[in-house]
Amino acid sequence: MVRVAVGVKRVIDYAVKIRVKPDGSGVVKDSVKHSMNPFCEIAVEEAVRLKEKKIAKEIVAFTIGPKQSAETLRTALAMGCDRGVHVNVDQAQLDALTPLQISKMAAKIAETEAADLLLMGKLAIDGDYGQTAAMTAAILDWPQATNLYSLQHNGDSATVEREIDGGLETNEIKTPAVLSVDLRINQPRYATLPNIMKAKKKKVKAVKPADLGVDVAPTLNVIKVAEPPVRAAGEIVEDVDTLISKLKDAGRI
Amino acid sequence: MFPLLKIRYYDVSLKLVAVTYDKDRHEIHFGGKQQRLPRKRQTTSASERKRTDSLDAFDDIKPKSEVTTNDLKARLLKRMRERKEGKASRSRSPSPKKPFGESSSSGGFGKLKDSAEKADEKTKKPETSLDRLKRRLQARKRKEKNPDADGNESDLESIAQSETSILAMLRSVRKGAKYQRALSASSPIFPGSGLNEDQLVWQDAAQKWGAAELGPFSAEWDAKCHYPIDVIKSSAEQGFLGLYTSEDVGGMGLSRLETSIVVEALSEHCVPTTAMMTIHNMVSWMIDVNGTPEQREEYCPRLTSGEIIGSYCLTEPGSGSDASALATTCVRDGDDYVLNGSKCFISGAGVHDLYAVMVRTDPATKGPKGISCVLIPKDTPGLSFGADETKMGWKSHPTKVLIMENCRVPVSNLLGVEGKGFNIAMSGLNGGRVNIASCSLGGAQKAMLAAKEHLGVRKAFGKTLDSQQYLQYKMAELATQLVTSRLMVRHAAAAIDQKDPAAASLCAMAKLHATDNCSEVANGCLQMFGGYGYLKDYPCEQIVRDLRVHSILEGANEVMRLIISRQLLSE
Repeated sequence: MVRVAVGVKRVIDYAVKIRVKPDGSGVVKDSVKHSMNPFCEIAVEEAVRLKEKKIAKEIVAFTIGPKQSAETLRTALAMGCDRGVHVNVDQAQLDALTPLQISKMAAKIAETEAADLLLMGKLAIDGDYGQTAAMTAAILDWPQATNLYSLQHNGDSATVEREIDGGLETNEIKTPAVLSVDLRINQPRYATLPNIMKAKKKKVKAVKPADLGVDVAPTLNVIKVAEPPVRAAGEIVEDVDTLISKLKDAGRI
Repeated sequence: MFPLLKIRYYDVSLKLVAVTYDKDRHEIHFGGKQQRLPRKRQTTSASERKRTDSLDAFDDIKPKSEVTTNDLKARLLKRMRERKEGKASRSRSPSPKKPFGESSSSGGFGKLKDSAEKADEKTKKPETSLDRLKRRLQARKRKEKNPDADGNESDLESIAQSETSILAMLRSVRKGAKYQRALSASSPIFPGSGLNEDQLVWQDAAQKWGAAELGPFSAEWDAKCHYPIDVIKSSAEQGFLGLYTSEDVGGMGLSRLETSIVVEALSEHCVPTTAMMTIHNMVSWMIDVNGTPEQREEYCPRLTSGEIIGSYCLTEPGSGSDASALATTCVRDGDDYVLNGSKCFISGAGVHDLYAVMVRTDPATKGPKGISCVLIPKDTPGLSFGADETKMGWKSHPTKVLIMENCRVPVSNLLGVEGKGFNIAMSGLNGGRVNIASCSLGGAQKAMLAAKEHLGVRKAFGKTLDSQQYLQYKMAELATQLVTSRLMVRHAAAAIDQKDPAAASLCAMAKLHATDNCSEVANGCLQMFGGYGYLKDYPCEQIVRDLRVHSILEGANEVMRLIISRQLLSE
C-alpha cells in the first residue's frame, strides 16, 4: 500500500473572462473567481481512485500559495485526500515563482511525507508551463510519466499510457515515480457538501518555503503582459484573379 | 540550414481553412487536422488508425515553381463548378456556424470528423495502378523524412483536441450551462457578496452540481413534463435532501441561511426541481423536530438518503388560504386512524413515498386547535391519487389530488401531538417560505445573466442594446429588485436561525417581496429579449412561468400581508 502525494494549485477559474491590467504588468486577479486547476482536480481524482482500489493507504495533498489556497486544499480534502500540507507564500511571490522553485518544494515535500507516488496535473492553466512534473522527477531522481491517459499500479512498477503527438504510448516504469495526468484519464467527482463538512476536521500542516530549503526570490522578470491581437476583419474579393494575387502578396502561395 | 520553402499541398478553395506555418520545417499546412507530425512508437492497433484523406485528395501536386496562375485558376473554377453541381466539398475545416463550446460531447472537433468522413466517402474512386504507385512513392518520401514511421497515419483527433481547444474540452467535460460564466465578484448581482468563506464553498459546490446535473436538462424536463426523480435521489449524496435536518439522522445540519444560499445556487439551474427538493427538505425537518425517536429513526435516515421522498399536504379543494378550515376527518378506531377527505395541488403526489397530511382529529373544534399531522406512506390502502394537473409552469413534476377513502394508518403515524398539527404545519412553512423565496432568487439570477449577455450581443439602431440608456436603467432597476430580494431572504433566514420572535413576519415579508419582485425581474428580462424572449429556445419564458406560482403557494402573498399586518399592528 503506497502513500500518494498530490500537488494542487489555486488558479483563476477556467470560465472567467481574463482581463489584462492596464499597466501591462499582469492579469487582474482581485475579486476574480479562483478555483482548483482543472488538471489538479483530475490528479486528485486519480489519487482517490487509487485509494478506492486499496492501492493507496493515504493521500497527502499539498499546495503552494497564499492563505486563500487553503480553500483549494480543502476541496482536495473534500474529494478524498486524508491530510494536507500548505506552503505559505503570498500572492506576489507565487506569481513570481518558477517551475524550478516549485519542483524543489514538491520534491522536498515528497521526501518528508515519504510518498511513494507523486501525482500532479500536467500543467496549470495560468502559467501553462507543463514543466513541474518533469523537473520534480529530475530533482528526486525518480522515474517519470507525464501526460497520462491511464494508470495501472502494479506494486513496485506501474503500467501507464501516455498521450503523445502520435497517439498513445504504453510504458512500464518503476515506482516510486512522478506522474502527471492529462485531461482524459478520468472525470473528477464533485466535492459533496457532507465531504466538505468532514474536510474541515482533516489536518493541514503549515510550512514555510525556508523550511523546505527553497529560496523564493524571483529569478524571472515579467516585462510585459498583453492581450493577444484582436482578430482582423476578413476581406471579400470580387473575382478569382484578385484572390490569387492577394494570396500571393501575403506569401501564402 | 533551413531547407527551401517547400509547399506540401494547396487548398485554394473558398472555404475557411486553418493555415499554419511550421517554422522548423518551413512549411505551410492547410487544414488543421491534416498536420503530419513526427511519428514516435506507434502502439494503437491497425483498426484504430485511420488513413487521412490528404494524399488521395490532391492528385495533382506540382512543385511551386511549376505551378502557374492559370493552373490555380483552373483548379479554383473546377472546384466552384463541382460545388455548384452538388459534388462533395473537400473542406476539412470546422463548420463556422457552430462555436466550440456548444458541440456534442466529442468537443469542438465532432463536426470536423463528420465532414471529413463524408468527404472521404464521396471522393473515393476505384483504385488504379497509378494511384498505388503514387501512394508507394509518397510512402517512400515519408520514410525518408522519418525512418521510424511504418506508413500509417494515426488518428490525431483526440490529441489535437487537447492542445488547441482546452477550454472547449473543459467546458464540454463539465457540461456547464450556457449562460454560466463565472460571475465576477465586482458584479452588483454577485450572489456571493457578503458571504464568508464556508458559505462561498457551499455555494460553489451547489453551483457546480446544479450546472452539471440540472442546468442542461431543465428545458427538456419542462417540455416533456418529465419528473427527474432519479436526479433528485442522486442529489442525496451531495447532502441536498437533508440540508437543515439534524446530522444524527443523516442530514447536513446547516443553518437556514446556508440552506437559502445552497437553494438559491441550485435553483439558478432548474427552479421546479429545486423547489421539489425544498419541499422534501421541509418534510424531513418536520419529522426530525416533531417526531418521536422511533419516527425519527424510521423515516429521517431514509428521507435524507433519498430512499424515500416526502410530500407536504395541507391545501384542500375547499380550503387554501383559509387553511385552518380544513375538513379532512381523522377518526380513531382502535389502534388506527381512519381518514376521509381529499387534498389538492400536492406536488409529487403519486410518485413520492411519504405524505405529511394535515387532518382534523377533533371535529368539534373548528379552527387550528383541532388539526393534527399524520404521516401516510404511499401504498396505504384507501389512499389514491387523481389525474396529473396541466400547469402553466413547474411542469416537470406531477401535481395531483390526494384522495383518502377510509384510509387506515396506525396511531404511531401521528406526528407530534393531537391538536398541534397546525403549529407543526406553520413552523414548517416558515422555512418553506424562505426556501421558495430562495428559488425565486435563483430563477431571477439566471434571467438577469441571460438578459445581460443578450444586451451585449443584440444590435439595434446601429449599436448593441446595452448602449441604450433606457435598457441600462431598466437593468439597474431589475438588479436592485433582485439584490433587495436577496437581502430580505437572507435576513429572514438568519432570523429563523437566531429564533427571532418576529421570524414569522420576516419570513412572510421575504416571501412576499422576493416572489413578486423576482417575477418582475424575470418578466423584465424576457422583455429585453424582444420576440426571442417569447420562444422556448430562450430561458426567460420558462423562468417566468415557473416563478409565477411562487406568489401563490406556500401561503399566497395576500396571506403574507395578513401575517405581517397582524404582528405589525399588535406589537
